[in-house]
Parts: sequence; C-alpha cells; structure tokens
Amino acid sequence: MSTPLLEVDDVTVAYGDLPALRGLSVRVAEGETLAVIGANGAGKSTLLKTIAGLLRPQRGDVRLDGTSLDGVPAHVRVARGIAMSPEGRRLFPSLTVEDNLRVGGHARRPGPWDLARVYDLFPLVSERRARPAANLSGGEQQAVAIGRALMANPRLLLLDEVSLGLAPVVVAQLYAALPRITEQGTTVLVVEQDVNQALAVASRVQCLLEGRTVLEAAAADVDHAQLAAAYFGVEAR
Amino acid sequence: MTWVNAVVQGILLGGLYALVAAGLSLMFGVMRIVNLAHGVLAIGAAYLALEVADRLGWHPFLSLLVVVPVMAAVGYVLQRGLLDRALRGGELAPLLVTFGLAIVLQNLLLEQFSADAQRLDVGSLGTASIRVTDGLSIGWFPLLSAVVGLLVVAGLGQFLARTRTGRAMRATSDDQEAARLMGIDNRRLYAIATAIALGTVAVAGVFLGSRTTFDPGAGATTLIFAFEAVVIGGLGSLWGTLAGGVVLGVAQTVGAAIDPAYGILAGHLVFLVVLAVRPRGLLPAAVAR
Repeated sequence: MSTPLLEVDDVTVAYGDLPALRGLSVRVAEGETLAVIGANGAGKSTLLKTIAGLLRPQRGDVRLDGTSLDGVPAHVRVARGIAMSPEGRRLFPSLTVEDNLRVGGHARRPGPWDLARVYDLFPLVSERRARPAANLSGGEQQAVAIGRALMANPRLLLLDEVSLGLAPVVVAQLYAALPRITEQGTTVLVVEQDVNQALAVASRVQCLLEGRTVLEAAAADVDHAQLAAAYFGVEAR
Repeated sequence: MTWVNAVVQGILLGGLYALVAAGLSLMFGVMRIVNLAHGVLAIGAAYLALEVADRLGWHPFLSLLVVVPVMAAVGYVLQRGLLDRALRGGELAPLLVTFGLAIVLQNLLLEQFSADAQRLDVGSLGTASIRVTDGLSIGWFPLLSAVVGLLVVAGLGQFLARTRTGRAMRATSDDQEAARLMGIDNRRLYAIATAIALGTVAVAGVFLGSRTTFDPGAGATTLIFAFEAVVIGGLGSLWGTLAGGVVLGVAQTVGAAIDPAYGILAGHLVFLVVLAVRPRGLLPAAVAR
C-alpha cells in the first residue's frame, strides 16, 4: 500500500491531565473523503486541531505524505497543504466576506481555487462579498469558512462540524458542494455529529468514543445498529 | 478673530498629535499592546536625529533617512525579542514590560545626553508663516506637521485596507488563532507592525523635537497626549486617532486662548468628558471585539 496522504499515528493529546485522544490512529489516502463521527467530547475537534498544528501531541506523530509534522507550526502546515474550516466558523468579523476569502489565500499556494471559483461554488457568498462577515447568517458564514479554507488550495481539507447550529436544509446545501471540491483531487477529512450527513458524503467513516476508535468501515457497508452502539458506547444488541 | 485663530492652530496641532499617536494606535489595534514606552521612544528618536544632525551637519528632516530605518529596526527587534515573550504572559505583562522599558530608556537618555533641554534646528522654517488675514496666520512648520500627520494616518489606513500584509494584520487582530490557520505567521506580522509603528514614532519624534525643546523626561507628556488622542478617537481606529488628535489640539489652543495656563488642562478635561460620555470614543472600530 502506498503512503497515505495523512497518517495520525498513535497520537495522545491531553488538556492538562484530561486526555482527549488516547493513542488514536487515523489514515487518509489521497483523494479519499473520511468522516470522523462521534458524540460530544469524543475527541473529534481535538483531532483536527492536532492535525492543523494548534495542539501538540504528547505522544505519537502526525505525518503528511510520510513526512513528520512534529514541531511544524500551524501557519507552515497551511503552506504545505493543510487547510481547515474550524468549529464555529471563526470568520474575521470586522473584515468583509471578500477580505476573509483573500486572507484564506494568504499562503499563496497555487491550485485550482481562487475568488472566482469560490464565488462560482457558493453563489450566495458572491452576493454578500462586500458585507462584513459579522453580518451573515450561520449558513452563509459556514459557506465563507469553507471557501476561505479552499482559497489555500489545500491537498487536505479539514472540515469541523459544518452542520453545527444550522437548519438541515442549509446543511444539505453546503454538503452538496463537496463533490465539486473532491473532484479537484482534494482529500477531505470531515468531522460531524450529524451521522447521516457524514455517511452521505464520505467514502469511509471512523467513529470515535472517548479518544479511541470504536468503529471503522466503508461508508457503503456501515451497519446502522452497530454504528449507533459505537457512537453511544453501548454493546451492540 | 482670536477664536478662529485658536481653532485653526488647534487643528494643526491636532495633526501633530495624530502623527504622534498613530504608532500607539497601530500597536494597540493589531496586537492589543498599550506601549507605555511610546513617548520615550519618540524622544529617543529626537535625540538620534540630534546626533545625526550634529555629526553630519544634516537638516533634521534629512536625518529621517537614518532615524526612520533605525527606529523601524529597533521595533522589529523589540517585538521579536521582548514583546512577543511578554504577550505570552497574559494581558498585563506587555503593559509592565513597556512601562519598565520606558524607565530604562529615559534613564539611558539622561545618562547619555544629560537633563539639558535640546532642540532640533529646522532653520527659518520654524518661524516662517503665511498671513491669511489680520490676526490669522498659519505657520509653515505647524502646517507641515499637520500634513505629515494626515499623510501618515492615511498611509497606514491604506496599508491596512489594501495590502496583503495589512489584511493579515486586521485578520490577526480579529482572531489570532484563526489567522494562524490561514497560514499567517502572527509573530512575524507583529514584528512588522511594531517596526512600522516605530517608523512613524521616528517621524513624530523629529517633529516634536523641532517644535519645542525636549529633554529625557519629555516622553511622559508625549505619551499622555498620544494616549488621549487614541482614546478620544476610539481604540483601534486610525481615523478616530486623527479625529481625537484634532479634538485634543483644538481643546488645548481654545483653552489657552481663554487663559494661557488653561491650555493643557482644557485638553485633559475634554478627554475626561469624552471618556465619561462616549467611553468607546468618537469613531470606535466598526466591530465590537
């Protein structure tokens, strides 16, 4: 098997004495879409922050294309091709939508995505381009956050809780854009609480519970009863 | 005519205050650092200009070619070596560090240059004026300093609004962690911001030192006026700082027209009134942080 694009190898991350990830391993092959699901506190967001370089593992290693990212600061990881749409969107409220997107392209990585392409992907964002990001609805903000991450032309796109606080119809619209992102060859790691949405977009799914993997399967042949059991941490049947 | 004259002179003085305050405003806007060494650094720049003017026989304005780059370099090193560490120590740490720095610098200046009052000699420019009507004439030097103040504020505003680095500074100011996720090296950006701020401090110092005499202790009043201009205008807003400088300048000259002893006091009073009535300043930054 060739080297996966992303390897999270036996990683332990703790907040103080409280471990959030306990020897977790995740592998994502180039071009694949992996959904990491789990209940609140399962360690999903911690996993993404660790990959993005905001948190440092106490143990284990994160590798991109076989190269260790140990000690590589977050801003350098963007230049190497890891971009993230963080939990809670985290737009820059005083900047306009367009400036938010331009900041996303700060690293000047070459690739398919630019302002025009992002506006084409999210026409609604285009209409709001001159507005301060603070004045957008939640769904619009999420679209900008995804567009902003795309502006970095990532090899690996990390999406954290796209559905959080949004109406199901809005979530469906946002996820409808995902195939147009992956068809550019972008590898996607999505973290979701909304299991059905995650199963619909991902090729593979990995379920976390208390910082460990409890289930790993191809999205097509996931057994729902088994998944529910893994999700909530109860014995199946 | 006295009043018109007082207001006109006040507006020009306000331009100078804006020039002095611009760097303070920028550092607060980008990094949330209240640089208490701001005033002493301006006076330090004036002494540096004095040295250059004395040794090379240059006009003080020509000395800016040396003083601005030197102060900018000082700013870069200061941020990387000292203030970055201070920022990691919480909100109070940068305040204490810059306070300490101000004391150290003031005493170094005292050691090196003594407490004698000095002045940068700009020649006939210092006294030449344009006579508009009886009782109203505009000095070339105040006019020049106001224009330079306006240009510095406008230049910084354009830099923040239009350039890639300026945009990154606004983003970092909004959300530092999210900015890092966009590939922005916030520490390098901070060093650039402080370098630019001290570059403007250098210009301000030369204008201050050419306007009146200065001594190593003059940093304190300089800091207070700059601080008042920033707070009156609204924290984190450059155009607010310009407005704040003008309000402070006009208050001082109108106050002085009532009684020469009241000038500075009137400025402080207006500052206190603004703080009481509009605590966020006249032109606060558009988004509450």
